[in-house]
Amino acid sequence: MQVWVNLQQVSVHWGTVHALEKVSLTLSAGECVALIGTNGSGKSTLLRLVHGLIAPTQGQVWCLSSLQQAMLFQRPHLLRMSALNNMALGLWLDRQHRLTWNQALEAAWLALARVGLEDVAHHNGRTLSGGQLQRLALARAWARQPQLLVLDEPTASLDPHAKREVETLIHSFSQGRPDVSLLFASHNLGQVKRLASRVVYLEQGRVLADLPVDEFFDAKRLRAVSPKAQLFVQGELP
Amino acid sequence: MTSFSDSLQAAFSLILAFDPALWAVVVRSLSVSATACAFACVLGYAMGAFLGVNRFRGRGVVIGVLNTLLALPSVVVGLVVYLLLSRSGPMGFLGWLFSFKAMVLAQSLLLLPLVTALTRQIVQDAENMHGEQWTSLGAGPCLRAALLAWDERLALLTVGVTAFGRAIAEVGAVMIVGGNIDGFTRVMTTAIALETSKGDLPLALGLGVVLLAVVGLLHALLAALRWAAVRWQTKLAQPLTARLL
Repeated sequence: MQVWVNLQQVSVHWGTVHALEKVSLTLSAGECVALIGTNGSGKSTLLRLVHGLIAPTQGQVWCLSSLQQAMLFQRPHLLRMSALNNMALGLWLDRQHRLTWNQALEAAWLALARVGLEDVAHHNGRTLSGGQLQRLALARAWARQPQLLVLDEPTASLDPHAKREVETLIHSFSQGRPDVSLLFASHNLGQVKRLASRVVYLEQGRVLADLPVDEFFDAKRLRAVSPKAQLFVQGELP
Repeated sequence: MTSFSDSLQAAFSLILAFDPALWAVVVRSLSVSATACAFACVLGYAMGAFLGVNRFRGRGVVIGVLNTLLALPSVVVGLVVYLLLSRSGPMGFLGWLFSFKAMVLAQSLLLLPLVTALTRQIVQDAENMHGEQWTSLGAGPCLRAALLAWDERLALLTVGVTAFGRAIAEVGAVMIVGGNIDGFTRVMTTAIALETSKGDLPLALGLGVVLLAVVGLLHALLAALRWAAVRWQTKLAQPLTARLL
């Protein structure tokens, strides 16, 4: 598999806070990697680093130059205008495809229809529910045809029904696409089991376990690699 | 007390009778302050949004100076503009001293730090909350500044009204650079000061009432606008495309 992202001994420090400490990680085509760990373990920092929003304090981040990325945030921000215009603006800003405003509007309609939001296309973006907002953001990210989709706890603030809807969408977008990789942070172990092919466990900015999903949820195997990760999975981490 | 109530009664009579002297001053006041406010807002919104999003060397110093200028006394602005526009000053060739233009210039300079500093804070807060998302979508700093400023337009409207309130209520700068010339540069605040010193309390009080009413009306309009915006948000929004086509 072609390597798309390679992190070598990467550290990110915010003053005296060490958000990431000597993290090495590779991400290849077609992988679906879940980042798990306690709050403040460095998951979001790692996602932002891979997406190019922050620079490392130490170490090297290598990313395939032609790699197209999109990122979905925990609380997507929409401007005070219609859902359709928000979607179109996101597509119009895409430097890869360089759409005109009318082309962006057409693409936005299609993307909204794909996630079942055409009924609210003319609603103000600020009035959408959490689930609708996340579906719109997911459709906006997906319409940019990324090879790597980075998701920062995409279902964290949603009710179980909306959570399932968004998860189904993520699954349907990436299913059977060897040219697409997912990198997502989650606290939901069930979701990790359903979506991920590989799991990375972070604690205090360090990678303590990096295993295929089957091995990660094999208690014996995980305990051998990282007893702390095993405690986390069991919900017994102090 | 009798004097006060009599003066107030006389003041209302002047207002209701549309006294030409009183209304000429009111209209001039509104023109000067609205023009100055428009200039300050155009420049201040742009500069504040730029400062709110962009990071550059010396930004902290610029913000520090800007925040200090928030406490700028209007008489100091008046004095500086007077020196600039006086015959021997660097801008004396314009011949603006004791004119409408001089008053607009002075008030614009007075309002600019206020509008810029408040806009900077509003846009910076929005940038801290959502800037990463727009960067991720491909918006550069300038576009981000424009988008976030536009998204915070209701807050920026409040900044504009606050600035107008400061402009129309200030007396020091317009007194120095305008000269309080009757029928030419006399505005509400300078007229109030003059009429009070002359003992014409009804006219002074009448102007004071109008001054308060104008600011009150503006805030009422702003509240109505906010109310309409909230209603608009909860209803079907008119698509931008439909408005453009």
